[in-house]
Amino acid sequence: MLAYVIRRLFYGAGVVLGVLLLLFLLFFTVATPDDVARQALGEKALPDVIEQWKVNHGYDRPLWPWQDFDDNLFFDHYRRMLTFDFGRSDADDTPIMDRIRDGVGPSLALTVPMFVLGVVAGIVLSLFVAFFRETYIDRMGVFLCVLGMSISILLYIIGAQYLIGKTLRWFPISGFDADPSVMLRFLALPLLVGVVSGVGGDVRFYRTVFLEETGRDYVRTARAKGAGEGRVMARHVLRNALIPILTRVVVAIPFLFTGSLLLEAFFGIPGLGALTVDAIQGNDFSTLRTMVFIGALLFVLGQVATDVSYALVDPRVRLE
Amino acid sequence: MSALEVEDLVVRFPGDREPVQVVDGVSLRVDPGEVLALVGESGCGKSMTALSCLRLVPRPGRIHAGGIRVAGREILSLAVPEMRSIRGSEISMIFQEPMTSLNPVVAVGDQVVEAIRLHEPVSRAAARARTLEIFQKVGIPDPEDRLDAYPHQLSGGLKQRVMIAMALATVPRVLIADEPTTALDVTIQAQILELIRELRSEFDVGILLITHDLGVVNELADRVAVMYAGRFVEEGARVEVLSGGRHPYTQGLLRSIPGRVEPGERLAEIPGVVPAPDDWPPGCRFADRCERAVDVCSERSPDATSLGDGRRVWCHVVAEEEAAG
Repeated sequence: MLAYVIRRLFYGAGVVLGVLLLLFLLFFTVATPDDVARQALGEKALPDVIEQWKVNHGYDRPLWPWQDFDDNLFFDHYRRMLTFDFGRSDADDTPIMDRIRDGVGPSLALTVPMFVLGVVAGIVLSLFVAFFRETYIDRMGVFLCVLGMSISILLYIIGAQYLIGKTLRWFPISGFDADPSVMLRFLALPLLVGVVSGVGGDVRFYRTVFLEETGRDYVRTARAKGAGEGRVMARHVLRNALIPILTRVVVAIPFLFTGSLLLEAFFGIPGLGALTVDAIQGNDFSTLRTMVFIGALLFVLGQVATDVSYALVDPRVRLE
Repeated sequence: MSALEVEDLVVRFPGDREPVQVVDGVSLRVDPGEVLALVGESGCGKSMTALSCLRLVPRPGRIHAGGIRVAGREILSLAVPEMRSIRGSEISMIFQEPMTSLNPVVAVGDQVVEAIRLHEPVSRAAARARTLEIFQKVGIPDPEDRLDAYPHQLSGGLKQRVMIAMALATVPRVLIADEPTTALDVTIQAQILELIRELRSEFDVGILLITHDLGVVNELADRVAVMYAGRFVEEGARVEVLSGGRHPYTQGLLRSIPGRVEPGERLAEIPGVVPAPDDWPPGCRFADRCERAVDVCSERSPDATSLGDGRRVWCHVVAEEEAAG
């Protein structure tokens, strides 16, 4: 299995290098350093101001190795990304690494509880509707799931802010405080919106998995040897259903670090999601390509983690 | 006391217009140490009869009427927890598909241990020791290693041995074997049949054998009941039914066995197909396909004609022949 993991990580490294190439093409040739500088300084900036800005941000060197093998942006881009030396923001000159270090805490404070609550709520609710399969409880459950999936997350956000934040005044509409005693008050609304907006799709998926498993022959065998419904569900169905459920769950874990774009932006949580949204809106290209690179890295890790988790729960899977 | 008694069993499924009775008034008896074979084509209700004996008829079907006694105890009126305590201890079942009937992510030894511990308050270690013993008894080679094997690591024959081990983990009074050899190679089939035969005499368990394979019946059964479209058509000792079936359907089945005709000769077949459960004709359900049918056959269901020694035939024509002497 170790050999498999190493090989997968090796392939993953190839994917990451490819992503870096695409990033370079997008951020240095499609949008040239001149464009970036003009975005930062304004359309009317004088040519020498633009040149000075490029020098300050290290954009003044040639793009390609064949122009200058020892000093070019292409190699520099790879070297910096792969050594996590991300440089400074194009927008306000702060070191990007500092911004990431500051943002990861608030992001995790939101995404980890949201992830745990979402998985638990999804599995409990889907077991519930699967237990009442083909009754009106099940049909009502599926209807609510589809309804929940069909509503835009923006409506959830605005609805929760208006109803719970503004009208009922239970929780603050937006904002964040790192002090643990008040943090939960600020996180309550985004957590609620995150869990409720995601749970419909999860329940529908898990329900299908559970129903498929309850129809299998080994379930009948378990009943025939005298196992009760609870035991059949917990020991036999859940263990088999875990296999498809894991793909969906484990692959999402790495992305807990990058936070949630919409929730952080709308609820004023200074996490990495908000950082990314700000970078997009502020034409902060160096921050943006850093975030895309980190996303690609986490994606590769998530894929390998999913494969490993398969091997851990399913004895039929051998990673070779 | 019989190991298993079924009386006028009716199993219903909801249909488009009205409920469909896939088992329609079946009665049978299996004595300890006896093998009763239930024979019939796919869809004749034999598997539903078997599942009824464990009260495991798949939803939305349900047992509508009748009585089922396991070792003299009526099970249809039992509360669910009581029924659970009988399943796997008094009455066990071996299923047709050893490939899919074992849980793929649980070691096979643990699955047998579970069957023991569901019914007896023994420690895991004790249950494991017993599982090892049963594995030896059912002829699993290297039983110690196989305890921790997963189903995908075993062959079909070994998996069926595990299923049998599970069914015998707590010595049952009744064993229901639903096509236990259908999914196996011919050589393995013979071994499994031999094993069932040994266990039958060793544990004095009554066996209800569900099959469509008359070869298996010939190997194993003491008595045979032939089912057609949810009802019995003929019942009796194996030798008598297999060598001198009286019901036209039984005769048709026997004629269609390869090996009973000369090489080159065309196999007999029964014309037509088994009607679907929601399309069963009034009267004798075989009447449409029967070459000996007379007017009364499609008007009235035949009653049982007793031919002595527990031999019964449900056929108007046979009844008339008997009455005429």
